[in-house]
Amino acid sequence: MIPEFGQLSLIIAFLLAVCLSIIPMAGSYNGRLVWMASARSLTAGMFVFTALAFAILTWAFYTDDFSVKYVANHSNLVLPIQYKISAVWGGHEGSLLLWILILAGWSLAVSVLSRNLPLDVLARVLSVMGMVAVGFFLFIIFTSNPFDRILPNIPHDGGDLNPLLQDFGMIIHPPMLYMGYVGFSVVFAFAIAALLSGRLDSAWARWSRPWTNSAWCFLTIGLALGSWWAYYELGWGGWWFWDPVENAAFMPWLVGTGLIHTLAMTEKRGVFKNWTLLLAIFTFSLSLLGTFLVRSGVLTSVHAFASDPTRGVFILVFLAIVVGGSLSLFALRAQEVKSTSGFDLLSREAFLLANTIIFIVTANFVLLGTLYPLIADALGIGKISVGEPWFNTFFVKLMAVVAMLMGVGAMLNWKKTDYGRIKKWQIPPLLISIWLGSFLPGVFEGSYSVGAAIAITLGSWVLLASIWDVRRKISKSATAGAGLAKLSLSYYGMIVAHIGFGVCLLGTSLNTIYSDQRDVRLTIGEPLFAAGYEYELLDVTRTRGQNFFADVGDVIVRKKGKEITRLRPQKRQYFSGGNMMTEAAIDAGFFRDIYVALGDELDNGDWAVRIHFKPVVRWIWLGAIFMALGGAIAIADKRYRVRKKVTKQVHSEGVEKATEVTEGTEDLGKVQ
Amino acid sequence: MHPKRKQRLILVLFIVVLSSTAIGLTIYAFKENLNLFYPPSKIVDGTAPTGKSIRAGGCVVPGSVKMASDSLVVNFNVTDGMAELAVSYDKILPDLFDEGEAVVLTGELNDEGVFMATKVLAKHDESYMPPEVADTIQSQGAEHMKTCEGLNYDS
Repeated sequence: MIPEFGQLSLIIAFLLAVCLSIIPMAGSYNGRLVWMASARSLTAGMFVFTALAFAILTWAFYTDDFSVKYVANHSNLVLPIQYKISAVWGGHEGSLLLWILILAGWSLAVSVLSRNLPLDVLARVLSVMGMVAVGFFLFIIFTSNPFDRILPNIPHDGGDLNPLLQDFGMIIHPPMLYMGYVGFSVVFAFAIAALLSGRLDSAWARWSRPWTNSAWCFLTIGLALGSWWAYYELGWGGWWFWDPVENAAFMPWLVGTGLIHTLAMTEKRGVFKNWTLLLAIFTFSLSLLGTFLVRSGVLTSVHAFASDPTRGVFILVFLAIVVGGSLSLFALRAQEVKSTSGFDLLSREAFLLANTIIFIVTANFVLLGTLYPLIADALGIGKISVGEPWFNTFFVKLMAVVAMLMGVGAMLNWKKTDYGRIKKWQIPPLLISIWLGSFLPGVFEGSYSVGAAIAITLGSWVLLASIWDVRRKISKSATAGAGLAKLSLSYYGMIVAHIGFGVCLLGTSLNTIYSDQRDVRLTIGEPLFAAGYEYELLDVTRTRGQNFFADVGDVIVRKKGKEITRLRPQKRQYFSGGNMMTEAAIDAGFFRDIYVALGDELDNGDWAVRIHFKPVVRWIWLGAIFMALGGAIAIADKRYRVRKKVTKQVHSEGVEKATEVTEGTEDLGKVQ
Repeated sequence: MHPKRKQRLILVLFIVVLSSTAIGLTIYAFKENLNLFYPPSKIVDGTAPTGKSIRAGGCVVPGSVKMASDSLVVNFNVTDGMAELAVSYDKILPDLFDEGEAVVLTGELNDEGVFMATKVLAKHDESYMPPEVADTIQSQGAEHMKTCEGLNYDS
């Protein structure tokens, strides 16, 4: 009976979503307060019933209810409990339910945390989110019901969760990624609401910024987790493959990065309003496109699910409605949203605009490369795939320009800058980074790499320019501590995120240039030299895990005869399904990883072994963590919190008022 | 000229130059990096070019997988039900690679008609079949197969 209750609550949630998408929206036009105010309770209801459905599905997994088809296909009796729970989103239906749960969660968060939002704006925002939810509820109820039963012949045991997914990464990567993906629906809803009312002021930007930033932080972490998971779990030792599904998640990130920057400009300076709206629409549309690409199985990818063509068609139609509808609305109403002020070529706006454009161009390239195989197939050109080198070619060059402009732009003032005054703060970091760039590649082993020289120059330029900018900011204060205390949190957020970008840039490029990866044949007891290290396979033994057998290699790694580490890579065979899985063993370090994965046993007792030496690979994810942290710090800035309270304090305390005013002007002058 | 118009003109010129460079580079880079997919029968009959990066795919013929005794080189055949293509690969095969299962390969065809693979992608999901392979594999000229099971390997 219980699964039917899940089905029922899903339908109730759907009906509430329908009400949510109609009543508050209508209320915002006919001015009935009760209609508008119903948005909050409808949102809460939608969330509660979706959560109930999700909890019931989780319960079905927990209790091994194999009469539910989805459970039978994605779990079995011996599956460890944490994977039974994460198997809820291990397949198509369940991950879609997670999608909707998170959408309902974001809607609830908006309704609870936006107490100071005017009621009509809130009503419209929640209504738009309700409309998105309606689309997904229809999708799940009609094409992918997770509560379908297998009756009357209930299986005794389930199939298995794909062994690749039986991992810690599976527990956190999809929820984080979805939090990011779906989180962009909030700014999308804000954009639609602004277009409907024709009202887009700095207050609008201030409301949407924390939501956009948080979605972006989640997406950043989600992508980093995915990359890290692929690195240690897939057993190939790569951290990015330009796989269509990776691209699908990466495009919203690229455009979203542009969006958080144009939002900053819209809030501070009232410029690029249309641009911001358009990016908000694009970001969310790309999230939907990503969902389409993953769900429809139209592309060959490691992420592809077994698919059903009706699902692809459904999402494509939904995508067309969302994109078509919002773009037509934009075309009709964009005229009413005008920018108020101009700016010079040498201003923060100009540099931000340039970098935003580059991010959009990059996203377009990725989109082209991802969809080109589909277009070519449809046009009958043939079955084509776009190789990784193509993506790398343009991506590296475009990001290099971003890095160059970033160091300059962050130091400039809004509107207009007297370059003479910031020149002395730009020269030292520039010289130091050029020196580092030209000097360091000569120190590293191997031949001098020009690519590394450029990468180090650019990476250290981003880092040093940020540090020098902080020094410039505090140079007028009496002590460094006093200066640092005066800077706003959103400024700190920007600095931390930019440093993260620099670290990530250094990590990706140096890792690509200096990695040593080889597949070798190891004879037990015979050491092998690779990239300055000595690897010896001592033996391979067989052990048993909770739901698998494993061959465990014992590899000793030495440098100049001294033992560095002992690695125990595994080759697992899972009981159900008999799938093989490689568990790489990694000796992680701040400056390098040693990565060993076991291949197959060869006929004479030798083993195929994958040995990788990966310099600074951790910096890639460290950089991403910094970027997300920067975003989080910026959200914590107090100007996003209740305005009314501040005004009250200003009235009562003169001192408060004085600080408030200086902070305000400082914000305008310096802070992004 | 009115300064605002001038600003717009600069912007338009900037966009035109940027986008035409971008498009030019894209097309150029596309030429170098597009890998066309060929089913084994099209490779065996000589339609596919040699010495150029292409992709192939099909089902691994049971019993055809042979490992070298002193290196990692592995040889196997893939089939689309009509012709068999010899493949050589010198790295570690993916976990899900198995006889009688679908694979998608990237690599070059050498002069002896052997496909020198640089990348082997094996299926990821029990019931998933890469669409390229599904399209090319036909059993008795009828329905597209969902998996490699039931494929007639004798032909």
